[in-house]
Formats: sequence, C-alpha cells, structure tokens
Amino acid sequence: MKCLKLLFVTIIVCTACTNESVQRYQPTPLQLDIPPLFEQNILAPIIPSDNPMTVEGVALGKKLFFDPMLSGDSTQSCASCHAPQNAFTDDTRFSDGIDGNFGNRNSMPLFNLAWNYDERFTWDGRELSLERQAFEPVSNPIEMHSNWQEVTAELQNDSEYPELFDLAFGTSTIDSTLVTKALAQFERTLISGNSKFDRHLLGQETLTPEELNGFDVFMDEARGDCFHCHGNANNPLWTDNIFHNNGLDATFTDLGLGAVTGDPTDNGKFRSPSLRNLVYTAPYMHDGRFATLDEVINHYSEGLQASPTIDPLMKKVDQGGVQLSEQDKVDLKAFLLSLTDDAFVTNPDFQNQ
Amino acid sequence: MKMKKICFVLSVFFVLSSCGNDDDNSLQEADVTFSFNHNWDGTEVTSLDFNTIQYTNANGEELSIERLRYLVSRVMLTNASNQEYILSDYNLIDVGTEVGLTFTGETEIPTGAYTMSFIFGFNNQDNIDGAYLDLNSTSFNVPMMLGGGYHYMQFDGKYINTSATETGFNYHVIRAVDNPGTNPIFPQDTFFEVDLGTINISNDVSIEVEMNIAEWFRSPHIWNLNDLDTVLMPNSSAQIMMYDNGQSVFSLGTITQ
Ligand code: HEC
Ligand code: HEC
Repeated sequence: MKCLKLLFVTIIVCTACTNESVQRYQPTPLQLDIPPLFEQNILAPIIPSDNPMTVEGVALGKKLFFDPMLSGDSTQSCASCHAPQNAFTDDTRFSDGIDGNFGNRNSMPLFNLAWNYDERFTWDGRELSLERQAFEPVSNPIEMHSNWQEVTAELQNDSEYPELFDLAFGTSTIDSTLVTKALAQFERTLISGNSKFDRHLLGQETLTPEELNGFDVFMDEARGDCFHCHGNANNPLWTDNIFHNNGLDATFTDLGLGAVTGDPTDNGKFRSPSLRNLVYTAPYMHDGRFATLDEVINHYSEGLQASPTIDPLMKKVDQGGVQLSEQDKVDLKAFLLSLTDDAFVTNPDFQNQ
Repeated sequence: MKMKKICFVLSVFFVLSSCGNDDDNSLQEADVTFSFNHNWDGTEVTSLDFNTIQYTNANGEELSIERLRYLVSRVMLTNASNQEYILSDYNLIDVGTEVGLTFTGETEIPTGAYTMSFIFGFNNQDNIDGAYLDLNSTSFNVPMMLGGGYHYMQFDGKYINTSATETGFNYHVIRAVDNPGTNPIFPQDTFFEVDLGTINISNDVSIEVEMNIAEWFRSPHIWNLNDLDTVLMPNSSAQIMMYDNGQSVFSLGTITQ
C-alpha cells in the first residue's frame, strides 16, 4: 500500500513536470450551492471526476434541458415532463410522449440528484448515473422519440450551440456524450433545501402545533414510522433512495426493481421518493395512482396490500395498516407540506430564461 | 528533458526504498484486518440467504431475514500496558448489501500480545445525535422522539405467526429509553462490549468475528415474536432483553497470520 501511494505521488510529480508550459482554455469551475443542513448533516454530493461542474457546462445544460430540438418533431423538451413549476415533474399520471403515447410510469421530480449516493436513477434504479440516464429519453419511442445522430447533427448546424460546447468542453464538435454531460451538470444544480421545516431546524421559523404533532407521527414507530425509509431531522434528503415494496398491490403488473435485477424477491420494489415539494408533485407513486396526499396517507394507514415482497416495516398489514386517527392524519399532512420549498420552484436560475 | 530524467530516477528510488520491507517476515508492525461473518447456529448466512423463510428460532417460529445492519465501534487491541490501538472508531456492517463486512485498521500495530474487543452499537458518549455524516446519509438515526442517537442494529424480516400469516418483524436495537424528549430516563445501558480474548500478533493478521443470529432469540430470554415483533424501539424492557440476549451473539472465529 505504502508503495502504491508513493508511486502515485511520483506519477503526479512527473506529469506536473511535463505539463508546465502547456496553456489550455479551462471553463470556469462552479461550486454547488449546498444548503447549510446538507453541509452539516450528510456526505458531500457525488460529482463524477470526468464531468466536473463548470459555469459554462451548466449554462449549456440548462439551454439543452429546455430545448425542444432534442425531440423527434421539435415539440418536446426535457422540461415538458420535468417542469420547474412542478418541482421538475409533471402533473399528469403518465407522461405524454411526442407521439401521444403514454408510458406506465409517473414522471419524477428532479432535485438533490447529486445526493443519490448509489446513483441508481428512475423508479426501478435501472439507470446508473445522471449522464447515462440522459441518453435515454431522447431515443425512447414513448418519450422524445428521436435519435442521437439527428439530434447532434441539428445541434451542430445550429448558430449558437457549437460555440457553447466549445466554451463548456473545449471542443465545438458535438456528440451525445457531451450533451448528456451538460444536461447532468445542470441537473446537479437543482437543489432544494429551503422549506419551512429546514428553517425550523435552523431556528428561523416556528412550526404550528399541528405540524409538530405530524412530525411526531412521522417519527413514531407505533404510528407513521415513515422515517425508516423517508429520512429524518438529520437526513435532509427525506428519502433513503433505496428500493422497497410499500404495500401498494397484492400482485404486480409492473415488477419494478425485479425486472431490472431478475430477482423475484425484488418484485414490486420501487425507489423511495423524497418527500420534499409534494404540494407540486402530485399525482403520487410510480404509477401516479394517488391524486392527493390524503389518498397516500390513507394508503399507509389502512390500505396496505400483503404480498411476499412487502417491506417488513409495513405494520398490521392484515388490517391494512396502523389505522391513524383523523387528527394524526391531518397533522401528518401538515408536516409533509412543511417540507415545501417555494423558492426552489420559482428560482430564476432554473426557469427557461 | 532533464526534468523527466530526474523524475524517472526519483520514482525508481522511491519504489525501491518503499517496497523494501514488504516481504520481510520478521515484522515490527502488522496490518490487522477484521471480518464479520454471520451464521444461524453454525450455518453460514449471507445476503444470498435473505428473503426466504428458512430459519426457526428458539421459540419455534419460522422466519426470514430481509435486512440486517448493525454498528460496531471502538474496535481495538489493548496491550499488556493498557495501551489501546483503535482499528476503527465505528463501522456500519450491512449484511444485505455486503458493505463494511471487512476492514483493515488505518495504522499498523506493533507486533506483540493484545486483548481484542469492540462495542456493539455506540457507548453513550459516542451516541451523539446527528454527529456522523455517513450514518445520517444512510438513515441509521434514531429520531429524537425515540431518544435520538443511532440504531445499534436494524434487523428486519418476516415470520409465520400463530394464525399462520407471514408478518413483518423489526428487531431494532437502540439505547433503551423511557419518557424520551426533554426529560428522558435511561433505565439501563444497552450497548455492550464484546471481549474476543487474547492474540499474539507476529505478522499481518486477519481476525474473524462470528455473529450467531439465532442467539438474538435464545438466551436468557426465549424471544416470542408473536408478542414482540414490531414497535420495539420505544419498548425499553424489550431493549433490555435484546441487550441480555446479545451477550452470547458474538464469538471469535478463525485467526490467520
Ligand atoms: C415524455 C416525458 C419525459 C420526457 C420528455 C423526459 N422525461 Fe425524464 N422521466 C420521465 C419519466 C416517466 C421518468 C420515470 C421513468 C421510470 O422510472 O421508468 C423520468 C425519470 C427521469 C430521471 C430520473 C430521476 C430520478 O430521481 O431517478 C431523470 C434524471 C430524468 N428523467 C431526466 C430527463 C432529461 C434530462 C430529459 C431530457 C433529455 C427527460 N428526463 C425527458 C418522463 C420524461
Ligand atoms: C418501507 C419503506 C417506506 C415506509 C416505511 C414509508 N414509505 Fe412512503 N414510499 C416508499 C416507497 C418505496 C415509495 C414509492 C412506491 C411506489 O411508487 O411504488 C413511497 C412513496 C411515498 C409517497 C409518494 C411520493 C411521490 O412523489 O410519489 C409519499 C407521499 C410517501 N411515500 C409518504 C410516506 C409516509 C407519510 C409514510 C409514513 C406513514 C411513508 N411514506 C412510509 C417507502 C416507504
């Protein structure tokens, strides 16, 4: 080990010696704007070493994110299904692709993605990084239904893009890898950490008695017991980003993680979503089956369905759940809504110009 | 050009001087590696054995394991003059994702005779609410309204209850507390020190620790899952029973050096 370390040092010394005189254009490094509670409580975000954050890369990624040029008939951008005013998801149950085809999954909100430490994206975890995820919608026939050759050719012929790629990556030759790198950089800047509850933890705002009781319901193992999967006061992500079956169905039409791993014990498991910004992200669950938070809470309280893969944290499944009192339900909802970050959805940095 | 040559000579020099002692067999200092293995009364348990009801506890209940994560801290070697060598301040072992099963101490240990020990969970001094960023990131916390700090163990699975239904159990070990909140009462400590006996270290060494999962259900308290399956975190008497049963869970496995 010692030997390896020393070799490493000598290699660095050697390469440093040879590069001295070379001067190359470097885009401007960008530091993510990390909320104080994230900084204090959880590990640093994941930025891949081959795609460092830069001012020019993020600006390009933002333009691409809102640009319908990425779709087959130039009618749809990423933002069509990931709109800023909906915390970067959409408000329909299934998303409408350019040909009017609907998938079977609810679009996902996009924020705090750099803190998904395992880097398993989408509901079933099949996309292994943000860069790789961004390849998919462009060519997906039920989404933007284009192909990368056409998209990159169009971008190359555009009057602005070649220059912007040059600024971001030092080359004006556009390829799909650079497009996805820029998109991923922009996506990593979508950070939400300024809700009433955050301000409460920072001692800047007081919660109502209802919100406080709702917080207790969320944390109480005998009532909500939501914290084992959806975070706690020391985990500001409000998700564990892990796959669970939370008792939606007795039999599965969508196998979720099971279809990705091929392991039947993963059937019906989906990634826990963050509970931030729920007021903007309805409908809920991987298939958008619940239109309201009341339906979600009723599900956990009395609607649980038994199946072999249901998570053991789901209690009293034979009775449908722990039967929360009406007051606890109302308060739990009030607490959930205190995780709303209005400044995130109106942040000018995240709007289309 | 000149610079390059100097670099080359330098790196050769470094390589030769640093690798010199690696295969010397009269070591002054040794690397110590700990591995945690798991079994059910002698039958090895790995993540491949999860999710299937196939184990029978002392009370005759058939059960499966779906999640098993636990914390060990102050993993250390102590020499005859009571000098302590900490190999790990704390380490979260996740049997399901196979994370943290093996770790090597960051510093080398002088060869010689030692006693080996670790703490299951965190002692009260270390069990500081929110203090460990990696444990927060993986949601191992205990909410303040359940006493704060961290889980010592999260062991979830399913068992077949007396009405022949598959039901979840959450055997979560934490610091026992009554009246959590602003005036908590701690009836008794529920972390414990595991003493693994003595070792004479003469070379790089790998020490295996065995957890017999069945012991959590066996002695001195025969665990009745039908009575005690979920909501055990706020149940301080259940926590004390877990503490009692935990005493016989760990043992020293094979030592290789
Ligand atoms: C037609 C609607 C639609 C369009 C257009 C679309 N998406 Fe999505 N997006 C979805 C849906 C639906 C999911 C969930 C997919 C799943 O789980 O199978 C998703 C998931 C994602 C995720 C995963 C988020 C997470 O937390 O795991 C990311 C990132 C994402 N989209 C980025 C993009 C980008 C970048 C674009 C543009 C290149 C884009 N999307 C275009 C509908 C869309
Ligand atoms: C065993 C882990 C687990 C527990 C405990 C749990 N959830 Fe969930 N939650 C999930 C998973 C997984 C999903 C996504 C399920 C799907 O779409 O198939 C989810 C989805 C949700 C959603 C929908 C969010 C969205 O954007 O669609 C809400 C809201 C929610 N949970 C709230 C709660 C509340 C409130 C509690 C406590 C009463 C709770 N959860 C307990 C795992 C859990």
